[in-house]
Amino acid sequence: MIDNKSIIETIQMIEKERLDIRTITMGISLLDCADSDGAKSRQKIYDKIVRKAENLVKIGEQIETEFGIPIIHKRISVTPISLVAQSSSDTSYVEYAKILDKAAKTVGVNFIGGFSALVHKGCTPGDRILINSIPEALAVTDLVCSSVNVGNSKVGINMNAVRDMGEIIKQAAYLTRERESIGCAKLVVFGNAVEDNPFMAGAFHGVGEADCVINVGVSGPGVIKSALENVKGESFDVVAETIKKTAFKITRAGQLVATEASKRLGVPFGIVDLSLAPTPAVGDSVARILEEMGLEICGCHGTTAALAMLNDAVKKGGIMASSHVGGLSGAFIPVSEDEGMIKAVEAGALNIEKLEAMTCVCSVGLDMIAIPGDTPASTISGIIADEVAIGVINNKTTAVRLIPVYGKGLGDRAVFGGLLGEAPIMKVSEFSSEAFIDRGGRIPSPVHSFKN
Amino acid sequence: MKAFITVIGEDRVGIIQGVITVLAKNKVNVMDINQTLLQNYFTMIMLVDLSQLEIDFKQLNDEIKEEAEKLGVTIRLQRQDIFKAMHEL
Repeated sequence: MIDNKSIIETIQMIEKERLDIRTITMGISLLDCADSDGAKSRQKIYDKIVRKAENLVKIGEQIETEFGIPIIHKRISVTPISLVAQSSSDTSYVEYAKILDKAAKTVGVNFIGGFSALVHKGCTPGDRILINSIPEALAVTDLVCSSVNVGNSKVGINMNAVRDMGEIIKQAAYLTRERESIGCAKLVVFGNAVEDNPFMAGAFHGVGEADCVINVGVSGPGVIKSALENVKGESFDVVAETIKKTAFKITRAGQLVATEASKRLGVPFGIVDLSLAPTPAVGDSVARILEEMGLEICGCHGTTAALAMLNDAVKKGGIMASSHVGGLSGAFIPVSEDEGMIKAVEAGALNIEKLEAMTCVCSVGLDMIAIPGDTPASTISGIIADEVAIGVINNKTTAVRLIPVYGKGLGDRAVFGGLLGEAPIMKVSEFSSEAFIDRGGRIPSPVHSFKN
Repeated sequence: MKAFITVIGEDRVGIIQGVITVLAKNKVNVMDINQTLLQNYFTMIMLVDLSQLEIDFKQLNDEIKEEAEKLGVTIRLQRQDIFKAMHEL
């Protein structure tokens, strides 16, 4: 029999330290739903999603009850819609977003990702239609998430897409101006996007994937923090070991849930994503882990090193615990979704420049950052370019999810509610990137991509 | 299928009996019981076998939760697999 201490430890992790399975995400290929008639294509999309995901929520809840571990989200990711929709002669893909929203509501999931385009080297006409449809699509739907990949380590950065995305983010902010520009919280701009990410808003089902898979994202910042409370004052050797062991346990729970969900749904298991995903709840913060290591407040000097070690140790512990690791797998540092990050910004300890440095050593990027509503599109594009460059040069995924909150400026707050949390408006550079962004074209492939 | 039942709460007369009654009624066999008092808190861990169970897991869980409320303690029913996964290689 397992010893009592271990049983009580698991229960404490779940009850007090907020250990949870953050998401079971079903990836569904829609490549077989293309049709020259847009309406027919959308019917095929709806039918396939509802057929495949019919039992996703029910089975998720069963597993939750039987193992006694909360599964916060049940979600769906689909093939990037630009690839499916461009067979049609439609000139807007907003109707595709609506059908995704409807299908998601029918099966009861809380988000559906994949209103996406992969344009790291160039845009097809369909990609362009999709990108132009994003602002309205996010304004008229509730559950649809969108992402655009604008660069990768193999081909460099599509600076035309970077430029366009600055404008698209501004439009999305304007169209949802009555709701704190929340449309932008459902839109991610990627460098090196991964095809099996279960986390929103950036999840989509890549073209190299099977017809249908189950990916699981684990979480548990509170569990790591609590484990570190027991090694106060010890060296980093001890801290790293403690994180590894804890990450191992968390990931094993994720692997178990993934295997079980895959078996019951009759859908192959894809990956476990070993991410530390914070929520705005107290005790579920990545910033507080860094502070537990000895930083007065997240954002002070030493924060990047602390995060680098955390990210690395989580992977080392998690990789052995799962048969297939994938997705983003690292610590997330969203601002509005992390109680400690919010406090650090309010205290003036954490700014966008420091966050950018932190994104060099963790997954994923500048995430859920509210900026002034009057930020020029070219400045947003400049931020995207910087962030994607970090990813392209360092062979990692980076992403930007900025919310230029319409009508708000420094000193204001944006309140998104729920897991999206709330955030003070953060300062961006007041100097212009416009002439740089106006150049367009492509930043060439980095030299380290020439390996053949 | 095996599961752990953990009972945590303030010590009082009849906790074990209350839990066992629900289990017996539903043909749940108790394989092992471990009971301690931790800082005045009654902690009981039972390993049970659910292979003869005639109702579904959720129904049993609901009945146990109902009993927990009557007894004023917290009771959890969780499949053994979660503990094995997290604590055994």
